[in-house]
Amino acid sequence: MGAGLGSGILGKADEGRPPGRPLSGYGERSKYVKPARTMRQTKTPQAGSSATPLADMYGIITPSSLHYERHHAGVPDIDPDEHRLLIDGLVERPLLLTMGDIRRLPSVSQIHFLECGGNSGGEWQDKTGPDAQRSYGLASCSEWTGVPLRLVLREAGVKREAKWMIAEGADACRMQRSVPLVKDLDEALLAYGQNGEPLRPEQGFPLRLLTPGWEGNVQVKWLRRLFLTETPHYTRDETAKYSDLMPDGKTRIFTLTQEAKSVVTFPSGGQKLAGAGWYEITGLAWTGRGRITRVEVTLDGGREWREARLDQPVLYKAFTRFRLPWKWNGRAAEVASRATDESGYVQPTREELIAVRGRNSGYHFNGIKVWRIQADGSVTNGDA
Amino acid sequence: METRSIAAAVCLWMAGVLGAQAPKYGVGRVMSAEETRNYGIMVGPDGKGLPAGSGTAVEGQAVYAAKCRSCHGSKGEGGTGPLLVGGQGTLATGKPVKTVGSHWPYATTVWDYIYRAMPFDRAGTLKHDEAYGVVAYVLYLNGIVEEKQVMNASTLPKVRMPNRDGFVPDPRPDVGRTAGAKE
Repeated sequence: MGAGLGSGILGKADEGRPPGRPLSGYGERSKYVKPARTMRQTKTPQAGSSATPLADMYGIITPSSLHYERHHAGVPDIDPDEHRLLIDGLVERPLLLTMGDIRRLPSVSQIHFLECGGNSGGEWQDKTGPDAQRSYGLASCSEWTGVPLRLVLREAGVKREAKWMIAEGADACRMQRSVPLVKDLDEALLAYGQNGEPLRPEQGFPLRLLTPGWEGNVQVKWLRRLFLTETPHYTRDETAKYSDLMPDGKTRIFTLTQEAKSVVTFPSGGQKLAGAGWYEITGLAWTGRGRITRVEVTLDGGREWREARLDQPVLYKAFTRFRLPWKWNGRAAEVASRATDESGYVQPTREELIAVRGRNSGYHFNGIKVWRIQADGSVTNGDA
Repeated sequence: METRSIAAAVCLWMAGVLGAQAPKYGVGRVMSAEETRNYGIMVGPDGKGLPAGSGTAVEGQAVYAAKCRSCHGSKGEGGTGPLLVGGQGTLATGKPVKTVGSHWPYATTVWDYIYRAMPFDRAGTLKHDEAYGVVAYVLYLNGIVEEKQVMNASTLPKVRMPNRDGFVPDPRPDVGRTAGAKE
């Protein structure tokens, strides 16, 4: 019998085919499927990040189990029946809400990407990431369900002089960010659902702030308080962290919008092409300024660009999957993608970013990532 | 400074969305001022919200040695936790060193962060006086306050941090081109 037919086609004649495993209460992926979030060795694994294996993802939804993590003092264990959200400060009626109260309000489900402000932070330095996961993987995309923030704020009655709200998490460090009360917050949710389930603890169970298109850190997880103020509080995580140091020594603060970005996930670093012939180049694009309108792909390091096909519908502030069939001739090549969004913004090169912002801004890197395909089919970091 | 550019956008949203202020659904429990106070401290850059209590660098040094040194080093030089001292004058160089002393714009933030998030393995255990003392000690190590200077709700907001004017608003998009422009 030819092994090439695959196991299980014919079975063993003398034993027949016994049934598979029985029903189960909560499904698991196949034991043959291994992709996992990155786990770095550190003395403080409660304060760190783990990245989504972007190159192993299909479509635009990140499985909740593989959504990237960034915690500042670990994942708290919160009983949703005990959880409360306080809205106070410059409001007419300070309000304490239970999860039950929040779920009674009109809700909405929306698909949005979420990206850490520090995603691709290593790309500012000489030693850039070797693969898509370790260079661009602090970005994920989920369907989120929640109550529009403005409905909840209206219940408390925001005073005229309020211009900011301080969002506080229920993690051990009670992480805080100052959120400006700007028009973008029309889209903001108090989210309690993720991909059909309650939020995962790593993403803020039972309640998080979701401000589509902004950096992840401001979308405070385990949300326990919204405190309305006239000014920002200049919290540690918006001054010392998540701010961008420029070559002139000035630091940009409240850089909230995640600018248009894309990355080729196949072929990408660490993969190997099986030989010359047809492949599908694919990857992900996203923008905090609305919808992706165009993704171009180069195979010669940026001299010529071809337009990729975008999976439809292209969603607002969500991952967009792009694809381009490609016949590899077996010679060395340099592949990269370039995204354009509906504001007209075009994803810049790494060199263009560094020319303006230097190498020490640390956050908000959205440059083009180049992968080098060797003649033997192996794919490596194009910057190395 | 950076709040100015955001202010105009705020007014638009407030008028358009939050203009109607009557509660519609009547959910939740209205809280008294005392109940909200017990929910936790919120500290503004003007010192609003700072609690009673005080401390000096001398007092803070003992607290630091007991509760901070194991991660941040005996003089704030860092360890498993970040370094807390030095770096002034380096922000515009090729090797910037960002610390409380060189980078943080407000001393109120230092108190708030220490009080809410430190020590890392037992956050929320510091007393108000201990937090004032540790802030005084960290500021003293950075040459920002004197050893016997008392830090409290009225003196702390007046501390002038070296990088107080070092923060600027977000000017993006600042890099690249827009579609339609020539490459």
